[in-house]
Amino acid sequence: MKKKIALVLAITLLLSMGLMACKPAAETPSDTAAPSGDGAPVAKQLVAQIGPNPETLDPALNSAVDGANYILFAFDCLLNVDKDNKIIPGSAESWDVSEDGLVWTFKLREGLKWSDGSPLTAQDFVYSWKRVAAPETAAPYGETVLGMVKGFAEAAAGNPDALAVSAPDDTTFVVELDHPCPYFDKLAAFQVLSPVNKATIEANGDAWATKPETYICNGAFYIAEWVPSSYILFKKNPYYWNADAIKLDSMKMLLIEDPNASYAAWQTGEAMMIKDVPTAEIPSLRGNPEFYIEPLLGTYYISLNDSLPIFSDARVRQALSLAIDREYVANTLMQGTYTPATNFVGPGVADWNGDFYDNANGGKPYIDVTNHAANLEKAKQLLAEAGYPNGEGFPTVTYSINDAGYHKVVAEYVQQAWKELGINVKVDVVEWATFTPMRRAGDYEISRNGWLCDYNDPSNLLELLYSTNGNNDGKYKNPEYDALLDKAAAETDPETRSGYLHAAEDILMADAACIPVAYYNEFYLQSSKITGAWHSPYGYWYFQYADIAE
Amino acid sequence: MAVYIVKRILLAALTIFLVATITFFLMNLVPGGPFVAEKSISEQAQAALKEKFGLDKPLIVQYKNYMLSALQGDFGLSLKQRGRTVTDIILSKFPVSARVGGIAVLTALVVGIPLGSVAALKRGTWIDNLIIVIATCGIAFPSFVICTVGMYVFGVYLGWLPTLGLTTPTHYILPVFALAFYPTAYITRLMRSSMLDVIGQDYMRTARAKGLSQFVSLFKHALRNAILPVVTYIGPLLAYALTGSFIVEKIFVIPGLGKEFVSSIANRDYTVIMGTTIFLATLVILMNVLVDIVYKIIDPRIQLK
Repeated sequence: MKKKIALVLAITLLLSMGLMACKPAAETPSDTAAPSGDGAPVAKQLVAQIGPNPETLDPALNSAVDGANYILFAFDCLLNVDKDNKIIPGSAESWDVSEDGLVWTFKLREGLKWSDGSPLTAQDFVYSWKRVAAPETAAPYGETVLGMVKGFAEAAAGNPDALAVSAPDDTTFVVELDHPCPYFDKLAAFQVLSPVNKATIEANGDAWATKPETYICNGAFYIAEWVPSSYILFKKNPYYWNADAIKLDSMKMLLIEDPNASYAAWQTGEAMMIKDVPTAEIPSLRGNPEFYIEPLLGTYYISLNDSLPIFSDARVRQALSLAIDREYVANTLMQGTYTPATNFVGPGVADWNGDFYDNANGGKPYIDVTNHAANLEKAKQLLAEAGYPNGEGFPTVTYSINDAGYHKVVAEYVQQAWKELGINVKVDVVEWATFTPMRRAGDYEISRNGWLCDYNDPSNLLELLYSTNGNNDGKYKNPEYDALLDKAAAETDPETRSGYLHAAEDILMADAACIPVAYYNEFYLQSSKITGAWHSPYGYWYFQYADIAE
Repeated sequence: MAVYIVKRILLAALTIFLVATITFFLMNLVPGGPFVAEKSISEQAQAALKEKFGLDKPLIVQYKNYMLSALQGDFGLSLKQRGRTVTDIILSKFPVSARVGGIAVLTALVVGIPLGSVAALKRGTWIDNLIIVIATCGIAFPSFVICTVGMYVFGVYLGWLPTLGLTTPTHYILPVFALAFYPTAYITRLMRSSMLDVIGQDYMRTARAKGLSQFVSLFKHALRNAILPVVTYIGPLLAYALTGSFIVEKIFVIPGLGKEFVSSIANRDYTVIMGTTIFLATLVILMNVLVDIVYKIIDPRIQLK
């Protein structure tokens, strides 16, 4: 009888053992970076966490910040962004713009190579850019980065060859624009427009970007291993044109989703840098020299659905905006990980001669966030003027959020703040997959919103309120505002263009077209041993130039 | 027995078909879609994506297409993890979850069965009480609490155990502990109560009366009958343990299947939802058939029809 009991156990055992025998790639040792050729005894490996498993690493398909960061390690665009956010040469050693701003000519470096050693020419850029425009690629950023290129509409409709990009010779790449775009150099440095290898894509389809052996790239690093939801191992690419400047032998990017798990990896020393720090730890990390809070180009704001009669009066919108104590929200509720917003376009966004923020509203903030009592008084007065003294007659409104980050605490605060005006707010928590479609469809009353800049230009934010913009969730419609943005888009003189953009922000703020609440910051932990790396206000870590101090 | 197995397989096929059908229509009823992002994807790009994945067709056509290719073993491409097939995702992640889960189930059995038996034999003593307290804790503590406390104490505070990934055998300790705690406790309690039941039976008194030692009577006569409820429990337990746990995998950064189940639903990654659900359903049914057969071996009185 014992035998039979043993049999039961044996079946279970065998089952588990059999499964144990299926050894997946996850088991292969990862720290196999070979010592570099310069005779260094130990291979230098940087271990960091900058996000969970990326959905895709195909430059054309990616729309996530962490995905873009990995693409930045593996690819080299025509142009690059340096430590001071200036545009510098990348795969192109120089570039020219025609007088009318419509023809951009990029001169590629001689002897560029892919990570498999094959030559990379201007034709590869032609192929890659047309691929981004082609409808079958379904690139989420296609229109953002190529919308101003001549022939884009036709290309997007199914004829990619209509896109006016060409390669007169192997090292010359020419782009013709439909209308001037003063920030086109910034787009030429944007990851979506990285060159991709035609041979591997044609041979492997979409799967090319999922396997290290087919992931041909041209940047500082190539991918040696990718175990989804575990890690990506980058190794130095010997074929990169500037390989001499790269000091690391490899970078291991841990793909961690849970902030507590990444924090444990930091505490145990397994990670030298983590992006996802649990918010509960922030108070105890203050003053720690390895804890950083750095600005991002982006604004956390509230959208009011202007298509509803109750929000059609600018005085009502203004009152709701002024009733919010932004200093309290950013510094207390959000634990100083955000900065109170006084304008819609925050600090760091470039103007023609410096910072757009410093030049806005004649150098004064639009909202004086330091004097909340006065703002609240003004809000009450405006609401009374609009016909709702003490909120009388104002219906109960619903504030929709998805449950992530600080959205809930902010929503609860807003509920309290608007109660001061006599307005009742209901908070509605919506699941992520339905949240953005609902907001886009205008199927809400009030909603949290936010935008991180794709490229450093105020138009990237201001366009969000353009009447026909796909992200104009508030359905704000002001012909005067639209006209100013149209004028700015057609203008080649940077100073005049800047004037139009400032005038547009004046209208936006006077109208309270949306309610800016706070500016995004990034908070993260990084070991002091990492040198030479920097964090850009786009949310990327430039680890490719890093070194590790002993 | 053979007839029984054939019958079970046919029934299993029908069950899986129904599970697939119901899942397909339910997931499409849920609002939202796979192609959402904070920044709007242009109408044109959305339409192109839908066309690429066949989501532009009427639902019933999509259903027909899906079922036809699934029958041929093609479970499609993930809508979110671009370029990866569902089969790829399952095949690369299941072994990882299965290894951790398999070890956990084994641990639960090896610890739970003796613990429950001892508790029953020493009924009413401090040993029994202690085991019951531990078992109650095991049932009451949610796995995320065990994960976080284990991670903090052994990983961060004491620094004895690694908390990230599965590279060495020591990496398995914390996740296996977290996964095995609940089933161990459950098996202990099952074992204790069924053992108590069996010990009170007449044949046990007979065994003792004819002079068998307590040890022999327990292992020869009692255990075999007392283990039946545990065997029933092992079937579904194995199916669920082998396919992984969302929480344990997320906290210990294990690239397993458990995370795919949950995130595919949140992401509306339709093909992955279908693939993982069909996979789990198949596994549950398979385990149940296995359990039935094992039952028959342990207790010849049971007739399989």
